[in-house]
Amino acid sequence: MAVIRDVMPNFDLVQPASLADARKLLDSDPDNVWLMAGGLDSFDWLKDRIRKPKTVVDLTGIDEMRGVRAWNDGIEIGPLTTLTDVVNDPMVKAKYSILSQAAELVASPQIRNQGTIGGNVSQDTRCWYYRSGWPCYRAGGNLCYADTPVGRNREHAILDAQRCVAVSPSDSAPALIALDAKFVISTKNGEKTIDAQDYFLGPAIDITHMTILKPGDILTAIRIPGTWANSKFYFEKIRDRNVWDFPLMNIAAAMKMSGNTITDARMAVAGAAARPWRLTDVEAQIKGKTADEATGKAAGELAVKDAVPLQFNAYKIPLMKNLVKRAISGVQEATWEA
Amino acid sequence: MSDTPGLNILGNEPSNPGRRRFIQGVIASGVAVSAMQYRFMQTARGQSSAGAERLITLNVNGQTRRVGVLKQETLAWTLRYKLGLTATKLGCDRAECGACTVTLDDTAHYSCSVLTHTVRGKKVVTVEGLASPDGTLHPVQQGVIDEQGFQCAFCMSGFMMAAAAFLKKNPNPTRAEMAHGVSGNLCRCQDYDKILTALMKAAEHTRRANNVA
Ligand SMILES: Cc1cc2nc3c(=O)[nH]c(=O)nc-3n(C[C@H](O)[C@H](O)[C@H](O)COP(=O)(O)OP(=O)(O)OC[C@H]3O[C@@H](n4cnc5c(N)ncnc54)[C@H](O)[C@@H]3O)c2cc1C
Repeated sequence: MAVIRDVMPNFDLVQPASLADARKLLDSDPDNVWLMAGGLDSFDWLKDRIRKPKTVVDLTGIDEMRGVRAWNDGIEIGPLTTLTDVVNDPMVKAKYSILSQAAELVASPQIRNQGTIGGNVSQDTRCWYYRSGWPCYRAGGNLCYADTPVGRNREHAILDAQRCVAVSPSDSAPALIALDAKFVISTKNGEKTIDAQDYFLGPAIDITHMTILKPGDILTAIRIPGTWANSKFYFEKIRDRNVWDFPLMNIAAAMKMSGNTITDARMAVAGAAARPWRLTDVEAQIKGKTADEATGKAAGELAVKDAVPLQFNAYKIPLMKNLVKRAISGVQEATWEA
Repeated sequence: MSDTPGLNILGNEPSNPGRRRFIQGVIASGVAVSAMQYRFMQTARGQSSAGAERLITLNVNGQTRRVGVLKQETLAWTLRYKLGLTATKLGCDRAECGACTVTLDDTAHYSCSVLTHTVRGKKVVTVEGLASPDGTLHPVQQGVIDEQGFQCAFCMSGFMMAAAAFLKKNPNPTRAEMAHGVSGNLCRCQDYDKILTALMKAAEHTRRANNVA
């Protein structure tokens, strides 16, 4: 659709200074409120007139939800921490460099200076049909415009698609899943803590939402346990341009090693399915194996076992195989295979 | 969903009444525009915007500015159309080009994607505010003049603000580091090589200025 370049339609802007105040606001009118942190996912929706909330709640005044602190044997990251601050945080760098690496590969410097980690994991998909306001399944309609013989679906899903073929676009989410992070959510009925991977929903569970958040819920903390600190990490992001572009696919892996033997592993990719896709089968298969080419290759095959390509995204299957292989056995000199 | 989803594709009101309201709104707020001192385009959907403005105080380029701002107004809009600071350009209005880059508390941001109400209490600097009050040019300005880095220069203010923020933290970058530092800015003339030469000259001026200080 045409890009509209004028002032957004009216909304009321509320700027609470504490979580308690935000909670009160949300409890009173959860359905007409749009939460905004850095705004870098929100603005498109508002500017394009596709979402028209009555009230926008600017969360950035809630200082208690910002910053990185020690938590048990790990760390707790406030969701309002900007990606730049995540990248540069000494504790993140020292123990969880994979997260710092993933956050550094997001978008552009200005976006990282403002976009928050909470917003990064809570952002909506980038399927352009959906984002342009087409009445697709994800928008509550009864059609997928991307999954047709002429649909532009080079960026779309190869795994776990059901009616909707949109993918999770987040670079930080797979890293947080690999680190076994826990997300703390404030709801109208109190607080709950869930595993990072359970924060994200596939279309079979909820076709119109990417995350488990219900109206009125706030993500209040991301906790990373010490379990995977300083394990062997691998993060790689494949994109068209080296700046700005969302991942065509990325991979995050954390492996515990004894010599060259993998004793335990966690692995996830984004850009393959509607949610960041944890590779549990691969994790189980490589346990106890040597981190070599053969293990990597077999793991790659297993990872794409259930993959179903669309018209223009079959390249994602060899791409994913290779990413899994590289995560396990490292990056070798390129050799061409027909 | 409306009953006629096909007509709702653009997210507008589904049928004619919406369009009529839109046109009426444009006409009505067009009247309002002429009554205002600044040039202010009407918002689509025809809200009369003037009533919803709140008078707030901003710190822009070291000055205290009082300005009436809509809740939903972006900083780029306020700077350009309310404060007359038109060096900040609006390219894409979608955080995808960098032309609107300004600094907030010395950090580079896309002003098209910042709500003006959220920068109260912050130090906003645009390219108009780079030079010292005594007229001494900022090292980035001097570098750009020395090397004549830009071609059409629509992207220039944004690049200069991104570079100024970057150099504040990294006064001694390699060319590759500088390129990474300003990687959130696009130049449609593809003049990157000369831009980088100018910005590396700016780095040199920055170090010289830091040594003197
Ligand atoms: C041009 C462009 C390029 C981009 N490239 C990339 C990329 O390469 N990789 C990548 O991963 N991302 C990319 N992004 C997305 C960007 O990184 C995210 O949109 C950003 O991190 C979101 O953070 P935010 O704070 O700005 O989000 P916001 O827009 O403020 O929020 C995003 C969503 O999360 C919700 N939300 C935010 N915080 C909370 C909270 N605490 N509790 C509950 N809900 C919350 C909001 O309601 C909203 O729905 C890009 C964005 C743009 C505009």
